[in-house]
Amino acid sequence: MRTLLTGNYAVAEAVKLSRAKVIAAYPITPQTTIVEKLAEMVEKGELDAEFIRVESEHSALAAVYGAAAAGLRTFTATSSHGLLYLYEMVWWVANARLPLVMAVVTRTIGPPWNIHTDHTDLLTMRDSGWIISMAENVQEAFDLTIQGFRISEEAELPFVVGMDAFQLSHTAEVIDLPSQEDVDKWLPERKQSYKIEPNNPVTVGSIGPNEYTAKLRYDMAKTIESSKELIRKADESFGKTFGRSYGGLVESYELDDAEYVVVMAGAWCGDAKDAIDRLRAEGLPVGMLRLRYFRPFPREELEELEGRKVLVVDRAFSMGHMGILGMEVSSVINNVTNVIAGIGGVDVGVEDFEAMFRRFAKGELQRVEWWPKEVFS
Amino acid sequence: MKISELPRESILLPGNPSCQGCPHGLGLRALGMALENIVLVIPAGCTTIISGIHPKASFNVPVLHVPFASAAAVASGLAAAYRQEGIDANVVVWMGDGGADIGFATLSGAAVRNEDIIVVVSDNEAYMNTGIQSSGTTFWKAKTTTSPGGKSEEKKDLATIMLMHRVPYVATASVGYLPDFIEKLRRASEIKGFRFIHLHSPCPPGWRFDSSRTVEIARLAVKSGAWVLWEYDGRFSISTPSKPYKNEERGAPLEEYIKAQGRFKGIKPEDIEEIRRKIEKQWRLLLSFEETFR
Ligand code: SF4
Repeated sequence: MRTLLTGNYAVAEAVKLSRAKVIAAYPITPQTTIVEKLAEMVEKGELDAEFIRVESEHSALAAVYGAAAAGLRTFTATSSHGLLYLYEMVWWVANARLPLVMAVVTRTIGPPWNIHTDHTDLLTMRDSGWIISMAENVQEAFDLTIQGFRISEEAELPFVVGMDAFQLSHTAEVIDLPSQEDVDKWLPERKQSYKIEPNNPVTVGSIGPNEYTAKLRYDMAKTIESSKELIRKADESFGKTFGRSYGGLVESYELDDAEYVVVMAGAWCGDAKDAIDRLRAEGLPVGMLRLRYFRPFPREELEELEGRKVLVVDRAFSMGHMGILGMEVSSVINNVTNVIAGIGGVDVGVEDFEAMFRRFAKGELQRVEWWPKEVFS
Repeated sequence: MKISELPRESILLPGNPSCQGCPHGLGLRALGMALENIVLVIPAGCTTIISGIHPKASFNVPVLHVPFASAAAVASGLAAAYRQEGIDANVVVWMGDGGADIGFATLSGAAVRNEDIIVVVSDNEAYMNTGIQSSGTTFWKAKTTTSPGGKSEEKKDLATIMLMHRVPYVATASVGYLPDFIEKLRRASEIKGFRFIHLHSPCPPGWRFDSSRTVEIARLAVKSGAWVLWEYDGRFSISTPSKPYKNEERGAPLEEYIKAQGRFKGIKPEDIEEIRRKIEKQWRLLLSFEETFR
């Protein structure tokens, strides 16, 4: 069914179609309308789930930690300060190997108060053991949410659907909404290794010998590495059932013959693609490798770019060093150029990308350059 | 209730790593005697240690360990899941006073939502697990490693604060009166919604008394009125062990209670008098609750 939905409502629809059983939520802009919609669905009886109106984001992830430990499909969503506040639980959920899905509507971190997008909040989760995806458009945010439950439950690691504040969360697009029947067919029953339930004396999370902690992290490292295959397979099989596949961990756009490759993630990739089209029309061989996942990191796909000129456009900066993505990509390929743009939601449009890529091709960009110049002079 | 009719098998297995004379051990045994289908949620604290070191475990009931500030919220999630699945469970948060400090917002939130959980705060009046630091419920003038001269702030009255959340069940209890605690747990288990029990748990190393005296000290606290046992289940009542407090010669037990503990070493007589006045006020407050919630 074709229907007009904002990114937030699309995610809520996907959670409903995935038949989540427990949802916990605390409002934070721009995530709020996801959980408002879910609350409405539960209240109207459209979704057979428990909706827990917790008193903080810390408790939101804590409550779904409990529900997931009891063996149910659960969901929560957050953003920016909310994510930082629940950050402790991020690690507990991952280390308990509990599958669940959380949407992170990416938003910059204050002060000053600012509700607009950049990717700093999401990237703080980088090292915790979550599978971290990033949507480009509303349809993809929807698709990633459904895929997230499957991938998360197969890997027994939690899953994040990342999406840009306002550009996706509050922008309506026409999307294809599959039937409940099709989703039921595609998304298997939840399975997990252990459940906390009465009369089953299992202890989870007790004190462990150091070697045990080390071994747990090692096992998680291996699992998240092998989740690359799960992600590719899920993308492929999703494509077969629903007619949309994206390329797995990355999407290639005009990449095959590109001499200049732009590496980016998130909603603004759409504008960057328009810029690429314009430059291509002039004969400039620019292409894009869009990161659909931050974790696991698409190392192999990036390695194939070695020898080409690579520009990473970053929406997050690691103080005292460089852009976070720039740094990540630099760990795989040499001589990466890194533009830092769109921090705090600073507008970056098609013209910016066109000018940026043109200057990149001419070799005019610094190794690390903040964009646009006017803002930083 | 006949103790002899209660289950003998403890949920806490022998050989667990608690200190000698640990009040939590007493309380946890009583918990297992009182309730069935227990699922324990345990935030950081002494009970984390008591629970044992992987791959061994001291509890023969399911346990989910959780970070400090999250306990009542995790329990909310478990309770919601069991409700969805139609599973009968007593979801019990067992935490110390630390959990009720750092996790107070969480506790309050769960109470406001009237979550179907039982929260027991086993209160040893300081952060013992990290080496005896002052907490919100540390007794006025008690010495801890962060209040070496004696705590200058008031003891937070957690149970009456929880009562004001208008939840269906709130009680105080003491490891010195386990049958009373067991009865309260049983009463709590008959009620749906948020149930809260504030269990007074004197800790030998933290309060500096000999580990053979835990029960004795706990009883002195009740006899002297420094800890009052009460129950609210729609009606507020002072519990039987606390009733004689008014009739006794009040001076002696309070001094005895204070003097028995190393944490009050060197306390001035006028401070003991001040404590007596505080106890008197608390008693009047509780009697007024008895009047109000009849
Ligand atoms: S420090 Fe006190 S409360 Fe903690 S285990 Fe030892 S006796 Fe028990």
